[in-house]
Amino acid sequence: MLSKEEEIDILKSKNNYEDAQSSSIEALKIVQKNRGWVSKQAICEISKILKIPESNLEEVATFYSQIFRKPIGRNIIRYCDSVVCYMYGCEDIKSCLEDALNIAIGETTQDLRFTLLPICCLGNCDNAPTIMINDNIYSRLNVKRVVELLELYK
Amino acid sequence: MKKILRTSETHPLTWWLNEKKDVVWIQEYKKNGGYLAFEKALKTIKPVDIISIVKESGLKGRGGAGFPTGIKWSLMPQKSNFDVRYLLCNADEMEPGTYKDKFLMEKIPHQLIEGILISSLALNVSKSYIFLRCEYIQAEHILKKAIFEATKFGYIGNNVLKSGLNFEIVLHSGAGRYICGEETALISSLEGNRANPKYKPPFPAHVGAWGKPTCINNVETLSNIPSIILHGTKWYKNLSKSIDSGTKMMGFSGKVKNPGLWELPFGITAREILEDYAGGMNSGLNLKAWQPGGASTELLTFKHIDLPMNFSTIQHAGSRLGTALAMAIDDTVNIVSLVRNIEEFFSRESCGWCTPCRDGLPWIVSILKSLEMHQGHENDIDLLEELCCQLGPGRTFCAHAPGAVSPLKSAIKYFRSEFECGIRTTSIINI
Ligand code: SF4
Ligand code: FES
Repeated sequence: MLSKEEEIDILKSKNNYEDAQSSSIEALKIVQKNRGWVSKQAICEISKILKIPESNLEEVATFYSQIFRKPIGRNIIRYCDSVVCYMYGCEDIKSCLEDALNIAIGETTQDLRFTLLPICCLGNCDNAPTIMINDNIYSRLNVKRVVELLELYK
Repeated sequence: MKKILRTSETHPLTWWLNEKKDVVWIQEYKKNGGYLAFEKALKTIKPVDIISIVKESGLKGRGGAGFPTGIKWSLMPQKSNFDVRYLLCNADEMEPGTYKDKFLMEKIPHQLIEGILISSLALNVSKSYIFLRCEYIQAEHILKKAIFEATKFGYIGNNVLKSGLNFEIVLHSGAGRYICGEETALISSLEGNRANPKYKPPFPAHVGAWGKPTCINNVETLSNIPSIILHGTKWYKNLSKSIDSGTKMMGFSGKVKNPGLWELPFGITAREILEDYAGGMNSGLNLKAWQPGGASTELLTFKHIDLPMNFSTIQHAGSRLGTALAMAIDDTVNIVSLVRNIEEFFSRESCGWCTPCRDGLPWIVSILKSLEMHQGHENDIDLLEELCCQLGPGRTFCAHAPGAVSPLKSAIKYFRSEFECGIRTTSIINI
């Protein structure tokens, strides 16, 4: 069940646009912010609140890379794999993360501590290579630093 | 490295920066003449004249395509009394290697807001949207606060500065897809749909967001507007050292001593930026190739390094100025692997609408992977060239696919031998 606050926020977001469909992305993000991911149940409820078909929401939810349709970890690690970070060794950082967490890209650790995802250029190319953990950006990384960083996130 | 003396006379975009490079909030912005251009435009210039000034200034779109802004604005239909129209600020910066809009939004947010307000006046728009990339969390906080400040000071809201006009700016944050940067895809996404590009015509100027006339401009483009209004078109043109007017955020990333971005006059050479500002290549490395403006621009080589950075010269050299945030590729980089990385990016970010792009890009990636592992087949290079044609301009719905194959095409042209190296020479004997 969505909370009253979530419902109010979703309805409020409608005011910014000409129609209800336009607030679908915002609505998915509101739910995801509170719950980490967007379940089938949530889609069903958002569709009732916005009075738009569930399939419209499904279609949007599966298109965008930052909407998650499965439970994710408490911390999301996004490592930039675009071309400048590539030249600065992002593939080593990726393997280091996979080894340290014992998961592959797109997976979540069993203890639900981390989810590992690639991301395109974070606009931090002058400080490559870059990763983002939750809302924090880390610059000029090396493999050793990455392992230390993981310790900061429980 | 060059010591930069920033003044409003030479650096219309970045002279606001304070020494500590903190965000320039409204008090500081106003103290230095911020919002004067908006007041001037509001009180003394007719909307059509604002459009003429921008046309006259020669400002070209800074999102990558370089279309003249004033002409784009004049494509918007004349306002009839009741029609609604929109201005969209494209802040969905995701081009690999590009970080100029992020910089402008995070350091000088009010300059963008003022640019949006003046443009809204010119285009008779009362509601505009900033379509911001959702991973730019810092920029989101800063813009939110700046919009709040501008509202408090009476620049946004109802009856702005007692003019009887209303302005609203909505900050819309996306959900992550490179294709949202394409104008019509941006509209689809704003309308809450999958970001599939739309067929043109009709052009957004006539049928845009929610079917209403819509103008879409990049962050850097809009950020140029206040100074053009304040200082005039002659001044703006004279800032440049070449035919393109004004200044541009330019820079170098890659293995250079001081990667970064600077506001520089058009016409400065790539060598000057690389050596004087970015400090040259890291020691022991040589420049092998470079991309002038993001991952979708064709590679150029060392022999092009003295080219002036402007739209037409770079185009004559066989590439595009793009976002003008260049990337240096040093001689330790294997071109096949580099291009594989670039094509993987484009393949992942294809919206999937048309077959050549959806299926062709993963095919290119798989060929490049086998070449990278020296497992390529005899005709792989021909096949890649054929695919470059099939994904070229006019074959697909939008410019994603042609942009994707541009670096590959140029890589084969300049570094063919590296591709040939990837072809398996010894035949495998089946036992
Ligand atoms: S070229 Fe690619 S990104 Fe553009 S519409 Fe076709 S499939 Fe989508
Ligand atoms: S390429 Fe990684 S931050 Fe730009």
